[in-house]
Amino acid sequence: MANNTQAGSPSLLKFWPWVVIPIVALILPQIFSSGHSINLLSHMGVAIIFALSYNMLLGNTGLLSFGHAVYYGLGAYVAMHVLRSINDAGGEGLPIELLPLVGASAGLGFGIIFGSVSTRKAGVIFAMITLGLGALVHSSSLMFADFFGGEAGLFGNRTQINSLFGIDYASSVSVYYLVVVWTLIAAILIYLLRKTPLGWMANAVRDNPERAQFVGYNPTMVRFIQFALSATFAGLAGGLFVITDEIVNDEVVGQLQSGAVLLGTYIGGIGYFIGPIVGASLVTILESSLSTYTEAWVLYFGLLFISIVMFAPMGLVGVVHQQYLAWKAGGWRGNGYIRIYLLAAALIGIFGLICVIELSYHYFRSWDPSAPFVLMGVTVDATSFLPWLASFCIAIIGFGLMIFHAKPILARLTDAKSDGGNA
Amino acid sequence: MTTRNALELKDVKKNFGRAEIIRGVDLDIHEHERHVIIGPNGAGKSTLFNLISGRLKVSKGSIKLFGANIHNLPAHRVNRLGLSRSFQVTNLFQNMTVIQNLRCSLLWSEGHKYSFWKSVLKQSPVTERSHELMEQLNLIKHAETPASLLTYAEQRALEIGCTIASGAQVILLDEPTAGMNRTEANDVIQLIQRMTGENTLIVVEHDLNVVFELADRISVLVYGEIIATGTPEDIRNNAKVQEAYLGTEVH
Repeated sequence: MANNTQAGSPSLLKFWPWVVIPIVALILPQIFSSGHSINLLSHMGVAIIFALSYNMLLGNTGLLSFGHAVYYGLGAYVAMHVLRSINDAGGEGLPIELLPLVGASAGLGFGIIFGSVSTRKAGVIFAMITLGLGALVHSSSLMFADFFGGEAGLFGNRTQINSLFGIDYASSVSVYYLVVVWTLIAAILIYLLRKTPLGWMANAVRDNPERAQFVGYNPTMVRFIQFALSATFAGLAGGLFVITDEIVNDEVVGQLQSGAVLLGTYIGGIGYFIGPIVGASLVTILESSLSTYTEAWVLYFGLLFISIVMFAPMGLVGVVHQQYLAWKAGGWRGNGYIRIYLLAAALIGIFGLICVIELSYHYFRSWDPSAPFVLMGVTVDATSFLPWLASFCIAIIGFGLMIFHAKPILARLTDAKSDGGNA
Repeated sequence: MTTRNALELKDVKKNFGRAEIIRGVDLDIHEHERHVIIGPNGAGKSTLFNLISGRLKVSKGSIKLFGANIHNLPAHRVNRLGLSRSFQVTNLFQNMTVIQNLRCSLLWSEGHKYSFWKSVLKQSPVTERSHELMEQLNLIKHAETPASLLTYAEQRALEIGCTIASGAQVILLDEPTAGMNRTEANDVIQLIQRMTGENTLIVVEHDLNVVFELADRISVLVYGEIIATGTPEDIRNNAKVQEAYLGTEVH
């Protein structure tokens, strides 16, 4: 697992992502200017803060939480109540730009309360307690309708509230820019936290809690403080969500939300700071766009997660990073074509698999399986034999080439190279 | 000059269920002395260490560190009172580099506690001290090497360094030369002597050459009881010890 305790001298070159990413974030709405895309981009920002806060637990401290949405959701609810009371007071009071701080303090408060119970032990016990707390809060959100607004949820109005800078937040673009600013602030703070004694000892406690005790640190205390800080940022994300969506319901504290942040963080790569950023962005895009193309999107989501866990536990960023290191070390020399061939074969296999899944979904789920439907631009009949045969063939050929042809060649080439290096 | 006691064990007992592992140990360890505990396998040496360092709770009796009761305190509290230890199996932050291991070990003793508002790398006393330690440990060329990639002897040296870095006056070393050949063991012994000048040292050791080279005093632990404590010369000539332990190994 990569460490966040690198001691290398900081060079200006290392800071380029901090310059490039905000610029890209500011330009994006010029390119994707539809209301839907702007909302999507705002949601990505919220998801990024949430996932970064989650990785403070999973990646940095080694705490697997199944209930992180509790702090996100409670932060959102408290921020929503504050927004509503400001709405009722005719917009006087806290400016909208600072509303996420309300969510953050709520996250901190609940993080302290629930963290003091759950961080006494790490590992399975911690995971089980967070699962229990998640279920507890979610069920109370349906029981206490006064605070949680029942199944309908609570609404607020982001336009009937003062702005620090006199900005009108009726347009979703200005909301997006607010999200960008908060995401940047949160990302910088979370990044800097990793450099502090607490951040270092969080790593230390993850790797070897016993050794940490014998240099004077109480592992429980390290976990607790890290947990409370992580909950603070989750609450911040929740507060921001109130501004982007102007509605909260029981879903924000739900188990699905907790699962989504775990999935996104893990898919991106828990060992890298940008892992959760990539993962959360990807998951947000997939959730919103894939679902318009196919009914089976949840299945694809699950398959992606399973394949990451099984074949690339370092996440997508980890895969890219490893390939980059191999390329830099000259490991690609003479086998670059094979790598591309491997990738192409895998993509063909995945294409075939998608065809099979889509056919099955249509065949088993549609009330009239024989109705013509469009598969990859071709109109086919799911009850006839041909599309099934073609799909299976493509899948088998693709994966077959990958596993039985491309992979052995690559293995032989790289083995030959490393043997040569050892000799 | 009267020497005060660094550690005082009074009638310490430990049982796991009905199995009594430590059966009433009384032991005084003077400040600044190098005290070696020997004994046959299964005598309870490691258990005794675990009791002193707070890894296990005592069933009965008391342990005092510079006059303060430390039995049944959690390990980190014992450490803050000035006692640290190494383990029989190397126990480091394996994913961290040598210098990161040392920095982590120094953070608490340098007073940084759980602070999350300052950068570790900007704390120059920590940096200076870790460089100093690396030099003493002969690990300066491995500063950026992950601990898991060091040789076994280097890992043991680093562990001793981390143990000392935590600022403890009393240091417990559990078989520091286990699994080493003669030369490596000699190097480690020299390292220990160099690094632990003023500290009180308690060592569990099997290798009798090491024992007699290092020890100011020796205690012999057999089946959960200390059967003799004294200078190396006393122990060598003690009939009970020869019968119980040395007789089988020393000619």
